[in-house]
Amino acid sequence: MGEVVQDSAEVVGAPVPRPARQRSALGSARHGAAVLLRQREATVFIVVLLLVLYFWRRTPLFLTHDSLVIITQTAAPWAIIAIGEVLLLICGEMDLSVGFVFTFSPFLMYFLISYYGFPALAAMVVCLLFGLLVGVVNGVLRVVVGVPAFITTLGTGFVLSGITLVTSHAYPELIPASAQGIGRWLGTAGWAEVSWAIILVALFQIILTRTRWGLHTIAVGGNPLGAREAGINVARIKIGNFMICSMLGAFVGLQEMFRAQSIDPHSGDYTPMFFAVAAAVLGGTAMTGGSGSIIGAFFGASVLAIVQGGFSLIGISANPLPIIVGGAILVAMIANVQLERFRKAGRLT
Amino acid sequence: MTIADAPTPAAEAATPGADILRVEHVTKRFGAVTALVDVNLRLARGEVLGLIGDNGAGKSTLLKILCGFHSPDSGRIVLDGQDVHLRSVVHARSLGVDVVYQDLALVDQLSVYHNMFLNRERLRWPLLSNRKMRTIARQRLDEMGIGLGSVDLPVANLSGGQRQAIAVARAVYGQAKILLLDEPLAAMGAKEAALILDLIRDLKQSGNVSIIVIAHNYGQVLEVCDRVNLLQHGMIALDKAAKDTSVQELNDIVIEEYRRALQARQRSA
Repeated sequence: MGEVVQDSAEVVGAPVPRPARQRSALGSARHGAAVLLRQREATVFIVVLLLVLYFWRRTPLFLTHDSLVIITQTAAPWAIIAIGEVLLLICGEMDLSVGFVFTFSPFLMYFLISYYGFPALAAMVVCLLFGLLVGVVNGVLRVVVGVPAFITTLGTGFVLSGITLVTSHAYPELIPASAQGIGRWLGTAGWAEVSWAIILVALFQIILTRTRWGLHTIAVGGNPLGAREAGINVARIKIGNFMICSMLGAFVGLQEMFRAQSIDPHSGDYTPMFFAVAAAVLGGTAMTGGSGSIIGAFFGASVLAIVQGGFSLIGISANPLPIIVGGAILVAMIANVQLERFRKAGRLT
Repeated sequence: MTIADAPTPAAEAATPGADILRVEHVTKRFGAVTALVDVNLRLARGEVLGLIGDNGAGKSTLLKILCGFHSPDSGRIVLDGQDVHLRSVVHARSLGVDVVYQDLALVDQLSVYHNMFLNRERLRWPLLSNRKMRTIARQRLDEMGIGLGSVDLPVANLSGGQRQAIAVARAVYGQAKILLLDEPLAAMGAKEAALILDLIRDLKQSGNVSIIVIAHNYGQVLEVCDRVNLLQHGMIALDKAAKDTSVQELNDIVIEEYRRALQARQRSA
């Protein structure tokens, strides 16, 4: 029937451009700009292209195999965690604890293999299940008990951080040899991480834009009361997205362990979560719920990684980097707010 | 009389007195506040009933009992001849009682057709069948005379009247037998209001759905209603056919009541 793929790339929740009518030159230029501005992914994708062009002009080293591997290995973890954060932001929540699942999950794998004789694959599956469990705890505290997500995940994040430090005595460990085989596919090989990121981003973008789960996630964030009135189980949607987010955190923790070839009690932390949320915001996800884009977040993560990698390649110190990242987030957020006004004004015409 | 004129089973069910909805001796208290006192209300099949009253008269409480949000403290609800206990909004909806709120109903960020099918999506598992939903939505809206440029637009881009119409279309499409419209004309311009009133008339003509319109504005309600019930202090103060009453009479009752309350207060002062 061929009715499957039609508008999979549209920004979820953003107005679909109206069909062009007869316009003046000025009008059509304005219309073209409007279409572009509405496709929030397009905007951040153009930024990615411009940054690539800029750094390529500055140094031939930028578009080499080694440099691209490093940049994609920086972007991929942020992009994957951003998938979970985007889903949560769309349904009106957020998760500060995901970076601590990231930290603990390699230790959990290590303990299971070294002390309990688990096969490597089974140990990794348990890590993912542990991620789901953290998501359930976050979700139930948020939805059933009614603690705001910020506080809930702040609390579970601290607890997880403590569990990591207590169980590891704050010492790093070596990866068990039995896990290295699978590890090649997860993160040791140069392109492994970004391949996973692309697969997961594509999968979850389809889930977000083309399935009931995605539609209900948008509905829950866009109009919580209305969604409940329509009979949508709001608690189920929110808890489910907390579970997705934490599981992705556990997965990325394992990937990063293989990439860095160590189990480090100081990996993860708040950093990947902050970069993931930054990527989501750059990619056009609103903090107010109801709209967002996973592909956009992928491009957002790319922007952050390219800036970071490009700066070190052209020999600029990494110290001003946070200023640039912060500035970019603020600009993106201001643009989002302005676009929202622009859309509301567009409604009157 | 031909065979075709003989009562069909459906018509038999609608024998005199078999109202589609009857509310009997319903009382509801919230702590010290008594919201409804021994309320009796009936809705005939295919009828449009206007439920009017001032703020605090108990309209919303009655609406929330009818749609399954609140349970009455006492009294019973008879739906289609059956005693029912409405456990939740979802349960009431499954029995064919659907409520349309003006602003609550729709998700701004979603398209018209996604809103119309919200939680009743058509699937080509595991994906949404957007094409099918788009086609049916357009067809339904056309049938109901709701002209929209495109069903792909997010509802944020639509006017209040269009949003209300879509919410009504959704409820009707969801096999609602009884439609509760909560303030369908509030904050609406004349043109918008006309759209909704036309929609109510069309629904009445189709005869498949019985409607309770909850409203402040007596004039507009009288235009489309068969019968009017006036709520005052949680009691039905008036139950008349729309053609036997007037805006004047309804206003007089409310104002009279206000005067009496004022005098009582002055006496006690």
